[in-house]
Amino acid sequence: MQAASLGTTVKEFRQAGQRRPGVFQRLDPLLILAALGLVVCSVYTIGTATVDDIPGDPRHYMLRQAIYCAVGLGLMLVLARIDYSRFRELRLGLYGVLLGLLALTMLVGTTTRGAKRVIDLPFFEVQTSELGKVILILALAAFVIDGSRRLSERETTSRIILVALVPALLVIAQPDLGSGLVYLVIAPALLFVAGTKWTHFAALGGILAAAIAIVLIAAPAVGVEVLKPYQLDRLTAFVHPSDDPQEQGYQLNQSITAIGAGQKTGRGAEEATQTKLDFLPEHHTDFVFSVVGEEFGFMGAAVVLSLYALLIWRSLRILTMAKNLYGALIAGGITAMLMFQLFVNVGMTIGIMPITGVTLPLMSYGGSSVITTFLALGLLQSIHVQARDTAAAKGRESFA
Amino acid sequence: MYLDSKDRRPAMTPKLALRVAIIGGLALAMFAVVFFRLWYLQVLSGDRYLAEANDNQVREVKVPAPRGEIVDRNGQVLVDNRVGLAVKVTPDKLPAEGEARDQLYRRLGDVLGLKPPKIEKGVDEQLEEQPFSAATVEQDVKLPLVQYILEHKEQFPGATVERVFLRSYPHKKIGAHLFGTVGEVTQEQMKDERYRGVALGDRVGQGGVEYTYDRFLRGINGATRLQVDALGTLRGEGAVKEPVQGKQLRLSVDFDVQQVGQQALGDYRGGFVAMDVKNGEVLALGSNPSFDPNQFARVVKPSDFKRLTSEDNGAPLTNRAIQSVYPTGSTFKLITAAAALEEGITTPTETQVDGGSLNVGGQVFQNAGGAAYGTLALPKALQVSSDVFFYRLGQEANSAGDGLAIQRWAERLGFGQETGIDLPGEATGLVPSPEWRNRLYKKELTDRPWSVGDNINLSVGQGDLQADPLQLAVAYATVANGGTVVTPHLAQRVEDSGGRALQEFDPSSQRKVSIDPANRQAIMSGLRAAANAPGGTSTDVFKDFPVDVAGKTGTAERNGQEDQSWYVALAPYPNPRYVVAVTAEEGGFGAETAAPAARRILAALFDLKKEEDKVVEGSSRTR
Repeated sequence: MQAASLGTTVKEFRQAGQRRPGVFQRLDPLLILAALGLVVCSVYTIGTATVDDIPGDPRHYMLRQAIYCAVGLGLMLVLARIDYSRFRELRLGLYGVLLGLLALTMLVGTTTRGAKRVIDLPFFEVQTSELGKVILILALAAFVIDGSRRLSERETTSRIILVALVPALLVIAQPDLGSGLVYLVIAPALLFVAGTKWTHFAALGGILAAAIAIVLIAAPAVGVEVLKPYQLDRLTAFVHPSDDPQEQGYQLNQSITAIGAGQKTGRGAEEATQTKLDFLPEHHTDFVFSVVGEEFGFMGAAVVLSLYALLIWRSLRILTMAKNLYGALIAGGITAMLMFQLFVNVGMTIGIMPITGVTLPLMSYGGSSVITTFLALGLLQSIHVQARDTAAAKGRESFA
Repeated sequence: MYLDSKDRRPAMTPKLALRVAIIGGLALAMFAVVFFRLWYLQVLSGDRYLAEANDNQVREVKVPAPRGEIVDRNGQVLVDNRVGLAVKVTPDKLPAEGEARDQLYRRLGDVLGLKPPKIEKGVDEQLEEQPFSAATVEQDVKLPLVQYILEHKEQFPGATVERVFLRSYPHKKIGAHLFGTVGEVTQEQMKDERYRGVALGDRVGQGGVEYTYDRFLRGINGATRLQVDALGTLRGEGAVKEPVQGKQLRLSVDFDVQQVGQQALGDYRGGFVAMDVKNGEVLALGSNPSFDPNQFARVVKPSDFKRLTSEDNGAPLTNRAIQSVYPTGSTFKLITAAAALEEGITTPTETQVDGGSLNVGGQVFQNAGGAAYGTLALPKALQVSSDVFFYRLGQEANSAGDGLAIQRWAERLGFGQETGIDLPGEATGLVPSPEWRNRLYKKELTDRPWSVGDNINLSVGQGDLQADPLQLAVAYATVANGGTVVTPHLAQRVEDSGGRALQEFDPSSQRKVSIDPANRQAIMSGLRAAANAPGGTSTDVFKDFPVDVAGKTGTAERNGQEDQSWYVALAPYPNPRYVVAVTAEEGGFGAETAAPAARRILAALFDLKKEEDKVVEGSSRTR
């Protein structure tokens, strides 16, 4: 009786040890927690900020953002089940799709406010530059691995940068400076994680400085317009916001006023006049963080920033866990993308970064942005799942 | 399989660990920067930004303040406010520009009797200045018209009726020239420093003391604070700042005297002044014909304005006491007398023979009515108003010294210049001099140069002399008070609504003139005799008057008109407190019209109720 019982227990134990845990158990729960927290903040903030935006439809933006988030979450879970390593094979195809999408946008894209950024589908407008971020990371990481044996060669570094530069320029030409800059950040980030020599980064830095000098100073001086005038204005407005309060400085001043007026605990959704009375431009998209600052104050902003800190910490941790270099590179690229967007967007709202039109991941309203971010998180989860699998397999090997 | 050898699981190399640490460090640094910046914005500077945000959303809509009241020296209300009904259009409900709006203006124009383009112009101007405030179409609309508009609301989209403060003049024509009118500030005036803080559409004093003391009478507009969004669309109504009524202005005017003065002139065109000889306080100052200032509460039609200014109607808006200048006739003899005595041309006792006329180089100057008064000295010459006596003084003054004795004294006593009274638009008048006439002659603006005849005419207040009743009053007051040229003034003080003084006005006298007491006495006794002694030009007017009066008649000849009647009185003799100057255009002899009017004004000044309505005409036919 006793022995049988023991035998059964041991058998069960062994079976249990051999049964692979389900995908859901192998996800990174803290990463999901951070994402869900931000999604809740986003839907609530957008909901309060846009009550009066569309007469007769107070929940227009909130409902849509909630749907985008739900779709994004679903896509994340689907992606988590796929072994990301398969994308490496498809690198040329992915790169081709990326360039194709961007070219298609230029050809058939819908023009809004002088910019061609979206392709109009029956139920959905696709902002291809957003989706392109994830595709670029997948393709570029694969190209980096192709050259990983010759990383110390300048040619490798140059090639990777050039490969990123082509889609980046296509995006900047839409014009969508913000997303273009994200593309340009992804390439060196991948090289950095892969282990490219410091001297190469120093050289890249030098080239960047020269490029900025040419774009901002030399080119306008000789009459060549590299950036649109409004892009230049926005880039330089944060240096002197009160110079031209009617134009770019206006957005900045209103944003700073909104955040400052939030004080420690915020003015509450009803009293947040900067948001409610439309003094704050783009309060559900680019300047959503200012709404958080005004409605919920320093406390609210701190909560949101803490969720981002959690997100970035988990991304970096997943980078270190990855079962292969491809996973590490993807995680590195995604971390860089998130960090860049976070700090450029938040920095913009508090007046320490130029206005570039970079969205705040998961917080800003917009299907393409939300879904792209969730796809990125799905890749991170996939890397996490694969790493846990590999570790478990190794564990079993050593056990046997 | 598809994993080639290059992509094996990398061991967590120290190199990768370092790089991950760098990324993490970078993230930490960025978070730190963001947190510090948020701390600075929200915790350290939060108050400032909160104030900015609150400012951002508020627009103010003006709530006009009622003007201060104007009361007389006894506190009787002369000008106050009443609530009128104004038809306005509200900008957010106004039909879109084009046919719909034109139709509204046409309908409003029909009802209110205004021309549609004028309505449009007025409304546009106001909305440009105050985009959120309703623009006035017409103030003070009669109740039936208002009711019509309210009952046919659908025909008047955007039109509203609001209660507004309007000036009210309970005594209508009495004192109208003192108060002046209140009207919307003009673009020109907005540039003036004195209208600082006044917004377009505000009503300010456009004449009289309303103009002079506008900054006291003007209240502080209140405001309703409206919450608006970034596009300026109304989102709600906020706090209300109550308007503050302007200060009360107390005038030195005595309403009873003012009223009697205007009645005393009857149908004559003319002006009058009653003034304290010592401090220049004006107790009454008026002009005939007068007008009812209440009509200025509404938008004045051009036809009305024409009626109020046309000469045919006697230009009722003109204040004849300070704005119309005339030859003053024999009332000027006081000046000639003072000049001759003080400059040694004659003495109080030096006599001359008045044979009825004076022949100067073939030109004959005669007394009025062919009278001859025989041998007389200066006081007697004033008493009977001997022209010949003064002709001689004029003749002698023309050759004595620089020949400008009379002109000099006329100017010392205030002729040819503004008296400085606290009313706008005062005339300066003219004291003719050789220099003046010769200059005109050189420019061929007159047919002859200066001659002694001009000085002879001046000596009796004829010819080119131009003066107004107030100037005459100031000159008489100066002699009466022993040489102080006072600055006439109407305002006594500014007070709060309870009558407590906030600011006293005490204009210091302009200057002193030295007059020998013996000379003064000679003149005063002559004036007293003129009003009391047998043969005095106004004795039959004043002989029964309970107060001892000194006074001088004047009859000015004017081209193409009947003679103008003048009278200046000083009372009580010998130390007068009041001077009263009256003139009546085409009133005939001084004793005929002006002296009886002066008598009534004096009666009011001394509170002699029984005498106030008594008209005692004099029979003297002197100039």
